[in-house]
Amino acid sequence: MGALARARQNPTTTAGAVITLLIVAAAVLAPFLAPYDPTEQDIMSRLQGPSAEFWLGTDQFGRDILSRLMFGAQISLTVSLGAIACAIVIGGVIGMVSGYVGGRFDLIVMQMMDVLLSFPSLILGLIVVALLGPDLINLVIAIALTAIAPFARIARAPTLVLKERAFVEAGHALGYSHTRILFRHILPNILSELLVMGSLWMATAVRTEASLSFIGLGVKPPTPTWGGMTRDGFENILDAPWLAIFPGVAILLLVLGLNMVGDGLRDATDPKLRHE
Amino acid sequence: MSNDAPLLQVTGLRKHFIMRQGFPTSRTTIIRAVEDVSLTIRPGEAVGLVGESGCGKSTAARAMLRLIEPTAGRVRFKGQDVLTARGDALKTIRRKMQMVFQDPYSSLNPRQTIGSALMEPMRVHHIATGAQARARAAAQLDEVGLPANALDRYPHEFSGGQRQRIGIARALTVEPELIVADEPVSALDVSVQAQVLLLLRELRTRRGLAFLFVSHDLSVVRWFCDRVAVMYLGRIVEEGPVAEVLRAPLHPYANMLREASPEPDPARRGKLPRIIGEIPSAAAPPTGCAFHPRCMGAMQACARVVPPLRPLGGGRAVACHLYDPAVAAAN
Amino acid sequence: MMGFVIRRLLAAIPTLLAVLTLVFIIVRIVPGDPAMVILGDQATPEAAAALRSRLGIDVPIWTQYLRFVGAALTGDFGASMVTSRPILAEVGAVLPHTVDLTLAAMLVGVAVGVPVGIWAALHRNGAIDVAARLLSLIGLSFPVFVSGIFLLLAFALHWRIFPVIGAADLSDIPDRLYKLVLPALTLGLVMAAYITRVTRSAMLASLSEDYIRTARAKGVPWRRVVWVHGLRNASLPIVTVVGLYVGILIGNSVLTEIVFNRPGLGKVIVGALNQRDYTMLQGLMVIYCFLIVVVNLVTDLLYGVLDPRVKT
Repeated sequence: MGALARARQNPTTTAGAVITLLIVAAAVLAPFLAPYDPTEQDIMSRLQGPSAEFWLGTDQFGRDILSRLMFGAQISLTVSLGAIACAIVIGGVIGMVSGYVGGRFDLIVMQMMDVLLSFPSLILGLIVVALLGPDLINLVIAIALTAIAPFARIARAPTLVLKERAFVEAGHALGYSHTRILFRHILPNILSELLVMGSLWMATAVRTEASLSFIGLGVKPPTPTWGGMTRDGFENILDAPWLAIFPGVAILLLVLGLNMVGDGLRDATDPKLRHE
Repeated sequence: MSNDAPLLQVTGLRKHFIMRQGFPTSRTTIIRAVEDVSLTIRPGEAVGLVGESGCGKSTAARAMLRLIEPTAGRVRFKGQDVLTARGDALKTIRRKMQMVFQDPYSSLNPRQTIGSALMEPMRVHHIATGAQARARAAAQLDEVGLPANALDRYPHEFSGGQRQRIGIARALTVEPELIVADEPVSALDVSVQAQVLLLLRELRTRRGLAFLFVSHDLSVVRWFCDRVAVMYLGRIVEEGPVAEVLRAPLHPYANMLREASPEPDPARRGKLPRIIGEIPSAAAPPTGCAFHPRCMGAMQACARVVPPLRPLGGGRAVACHLYDPAVAAAN
Repeated sequence: MMGFVIRRLLAAIPTLLAVLTLVFIIVRIVPGDPAMVILGDQATPEAAAALRSRLGIDVPIWTQYLRFVGAALTGDFGASMVTSRPILAEVGAVLPHTVDLTLAAMLVGVAVGVPVGIWAALHRNGAIDVAARLLSLIGLSFPVFVSGIFLLLAFALHWRIFPVIGAADLSDIPDRLYKLVLPALTLGLVMAAYITRVTRSAMLASLSEDYIRTARAKGVPWRRVVWVHGLRNASLPIVTVVGLYVGILIGNSVLTEIVFNRPGLGKVIVGALNQRDYTMLQGLMVIYCFLIVVVNLVTDLLYGVLDPRVKT
């Protein structure tokens, strides 16, 4: 049985996939489905509670929360997907090359990765964004930086095993270049592990992006971000608690959905559980 | 090409592994896996390299192909220096020397189709591309006895014997002149071993391939090879035509190996001698002749002086003081 | 044992140097010209030059690096650009609050996570296990500022059991503890979710070991088997995770301090961000790194105590 089929049989994974896909759909379809313009202010309808007109209420500028949540999902997903993609590529290459080359080089590179890994990731992200300036690209860079080291470790471990396998030796005997062996023969064998790890780290990336936005280091207003919306709601918590609750729940749901998917995928690809 | 011009000529090959353990006062151990191996293979000739596991025969074979970098020595393929070749020159030499591996389960990339595995070497060496490469790959499979529909399948769909055939087909795609086969059948079921051996011998005659056949199985070597070299703890201790060496070994170790191997003649079965002692470690080989602690004919000189491999005529050579007139006389 | 401790201490030195180098790279090289970052694009060349010399970044990069590392290793973390007070003094003033919070959170995390994890492991795949797994998955999905706001809404605004603001007078111990409850729960429950997971899987692994079955077969009471033999074996992975978790804990404590408006390192760092206090950020980062290196060291040493095999 394939890993995907196994993962699909797990109800938690299915639930996680449904949650995640609903949020992705809301983000992608936001321009068509959102009832209002997420940045349009309406002084006449400020801080309104949930109603038939505004399903999730309005904020202190009279902007529709539901619409802002849908557009905010775009930022969350874009930043975390971009960051994890960068981390997989950069961390994956570092880990693969380090493990493949081995020896002293490997020792030094992995020592550096351990140092990067031991940094408190939120502080690291916070300072990098603060220094580079808060915008989408810099958020991607900052969050990617916090995730490179784990992916380097994930990529290195199986590379150490694979490079001793006879098919790699056969590649050398056939005159293949190191680049070819690394990317054509070793990479395909570690890709699934990297992607499973990627789904788990997506959850962390969403949380980090939200945390940075909450601190005030997110994509600049008026662009809606979930963390920024929570922050705005928090400032009006006495008058309109739903302002903080709804974006908070949105973040929680997306992180939870991604964690559920990642957990299921990891269990399904765990060699200890596999019988092939 | 003259039959006497060697295809592969190995002189003084050494491979030492250095291991450091402990912190902060680390201890360095040198493991002398291959210690002075010289060997010649002529075109179309099959040479067996035999010995117990851990004697360095696989390491020696890999060092000859530069799959691991030798510590010292010289390897010439058709007169070209293998050990100093770089870039395209090395790629060209490698094309002519291919390897068949022991473990058919790890020798194929599990994520690559058979077709891709067979066409990739052709593309790398600019032999063929596209439809032409695919046709060649199919022909190659046919030559090793597999159907062309195997091209689009993955290694896990095949049995061990079939995978070994695929490994052989892959080695043949680049039209080699020498095949280094490292225990090519020892991981296979006995019933499959014979089929793969037959295939290898058939390929050898049809294509005029030379073989370095690494094995611990004397009966397989006797059946497949022209000449044999016996290795013990990193050195060749005896060499010669396979029939003569295995009928009447000169070196006490070769004799022991022969006696320990299953005897095809039922009349002589049951005469297995006891093997004295354990194989010493290559990290701390005994002084002098490495075999002397296990040797029943050991003399004083054996513990002090390493016996050189000396020719005895008839294509035979042995590294043992028992056959050195000077030492024997002094004793 | 002594040799082990000394070796670990020596091994921490290159790590510390590497960490400092990384900080230097992030703070000095990544942003390009820090003066332009602080002053913005519209700064006059004169103003920028003046700031550069004040920051000590008008000298060659290698000199800067050596000065930076030298100062950090001698305990000089610089002074705030805004207040001109030494960073160590600024940090020292608020550190007790952060230490309170972090230690209390660890206590909550371990006190909740370990028993729940063991409980779940003992009822593998039963209702309790499923519930514990689901709850811990939810717990570790919670961004800490969201759980903080939820707790605040429930226990401070709705039921009014605990105060909204977490700033306490350090000398008034009961008040200090009272105001610590909600922030510590916020920070601790997320950690408890992690510890529950690790404890559960470590206990499952530990209880399936042969000697545990032997102990059971020999008639050792089950309760004793679990708590003495099982837990001792499971303690190694738990300690590792608690050690690794400190990095997350530090980040989360910043968010918790913001939500509960508590004084602490988090507020200092946010203040420095808002005021573009560049030297302050740099100093804080170095201090965090020292902290992490020390925590790693303690984890390692604890490992040595718990696992006799590591000693040599």
